Amino acid sequence: MARLNLWRWAVLAFAGVYFLVPLAASVIFTVDVPGEGITFDAYGEIVGADGFLPGLVLSLELGAATIAVVLLLMVPAMVALRLGAPRLRPIVEVICSLPLVVPPIAFVAGISTVLKWGPEHLSRTPLFQTFVAIQNPDFPVVLVLAYVVMALPFVHRALDAGLRAIDVRTLVEAARSCGASPVQALVTAVLPNLRGALLNASFLTLALVLGEFTVAQILGYQPFAVWIYSVGGSQAQLSVAVSVLSLLVTWALLLALAGLGGRSRTAPRG
Amino acid sequence: MTATLTRVDVAPAASVKRRRRAPGWLAVLPLLAFVAVAFGVPALAMLNGAFTVKDQATGATSYTTANLTDSLQGAYFTALIGSVKLSAVSALLATVLGLLLAQAVVTSRFRALREAVLTASGVLANFGGVPLAFAFVATLGNSGVLTRHLGLTDKGWSLYSFWGLVIVYLYFLIPLMVLTITPALDGLRSQWREAARNNGATNVQYWQHVGLPVLLPSLLGGFVLLFGSAFAAYATAAAMVGSSVPLVTLQIADAISGNVLVGQENVALALSLDMVLIAGLVMAVYLPLQRRSARWLA
Repeated sequence: MARLNLWRWAVLAFAGVYFLVPLAASVIFTVDVPGEGITFDAYGEIVGADGFLPGLVLSLELGAATIAVVLLLMVPAMVALRLGAPRLRPIVEVICSLPLVVPPIAFVAGISTVLKWGPEHLSRTPLFQTFVAIQNPDFPVVLVLAYVVMALPFVHRALDAGLRAIDVRTLVEAARSCGASPVQALVTAVLPNLRGALLNASFLTLALVLGEFTVAQILGYQPFAVWIYSVGGSQAQLSVAVSVLSLLVTWALLLALAGLGGRSRTAPRG
Repeated sequence: MTATLTRVDVAPAASVKRRRRAPGWLAVLPLLAFVAVAFGVPALAMLNGAFTVKDQATGATSYTTANLTDSLQGAYFTALIGSVKLSAVSALLATVLGLLLAQAVVTSRFRALREAVLTASGVLANFGGVPLAFAFVATLGNSGVLTRHLGLTDKGWSLYSFWGLVIVYLYFLIPLMVLTITPALDGLRSQWREAARNNGATNVQYWQHVGLPVLLPSLLGGFVLLFGSAFAAYATAAAMVGSSVPLVTLQIADAISGNVLVGQENVALALSLDMVLIAGLVMAVYLPLQRRSARWLA
């Protein structure tokens, strides 16, 4: 038994060192600048840094738009699949897993090919205006389209788990026999019971969009993650400071999610 | 008038059923249409582009397999093999280390330790991309904290290498493995171990004949999942090594943006197709394994 415990503590100690040292070293790197001593300038500079606020705002806007679109598409579809159309269920499951088979870099290679059709083939058709509009640098809709596709597997899994836990059919039938329209039944009876799953899906989507780099960089936009990358070359301290902060924010988001999820799971029973 | 009323009264069940079935299709339709446009069109464009070349002089396009042949030759092939090797090595290490960590946590008496490790794994498994690369550059890069204080450069250490990338990838792959394998370890019932012990089995025999065979589908499934995750990773490598380690994702990015050679866009599409085929193979292995392991955990 003693040997077993020794083995366990060795593994845990090794893991602790491996996972904590880079975090600690990053913090030390940002505050202990060679030649300057201990300074917290890197953290003070973040807000005023060139491109930080536009990048963060763009990322948050993209996140909000992606969450809205993906939930509007997925929630009615998943609820409808629970109520009927069992033959469609595996089709939707496969469609929502397809983005896992296409790595982001391959996906964006396809997107950039399609976007090139605009100037090459479609310049005299009305579609051309659509191509220009979705690539508007102030709010690139094309990124929302890509992120919605990339979020489908996570949102599908989260909603599926949520819907499994409640009896959708009974809820909808009860609401309908009280005179609710199908939309009313969805909004007032089903959605409140799905609060945990909806939050889960939203947080995962937000984390995906905030950290997404590949698609945005290849298509030439500069949301948060691409901005960190671009300052990395010139302002090492600043870029590491932002990285540390972004990890802390993600941590806070996911802990909040765990807390909310735990409460919403116990709430209906109480 | 009376006739319609009685019909509604007599057959409410049928009408409810009909009403229910129609919205089923209608509610799924927007999703299908969206995926067809946002995912289907780029995917078909990739497939089409991978098999076409454009004559620079005449502008005419023709169908060919030259792009695919190119993507499996020279620097592109080296990059493809480099990616497969990096993903396989990091996934294998992460599988072993993740299993050890998960087992240490699952068999622990401290409930708080288990909760803390699982929560941290959930966060760290999502901590990829650029911030991760910069955290490691600050730690083990050329002017990183550990590199400076331990004088690692003199000992031949470089983060911007194959093994450097492995160390960085393990940072999100081990937590992913812990999350994947913990349910399977929870499913190993203590009765099985007791039964084996009562029949005179040693610890090693228990693992050899009971533990590992039950865990094997989950372990393989986890390995395949980690492989796919490492294989698709681009941001971390791009932010860290530039192009000093040949990786297929970096080659695709260079070829799309025309960084190295002009007119390589279609080879990039062929490389993307190679990646999709490998990732598809990975999923084809993963799904049946996951189903098999689910049987033991029920």
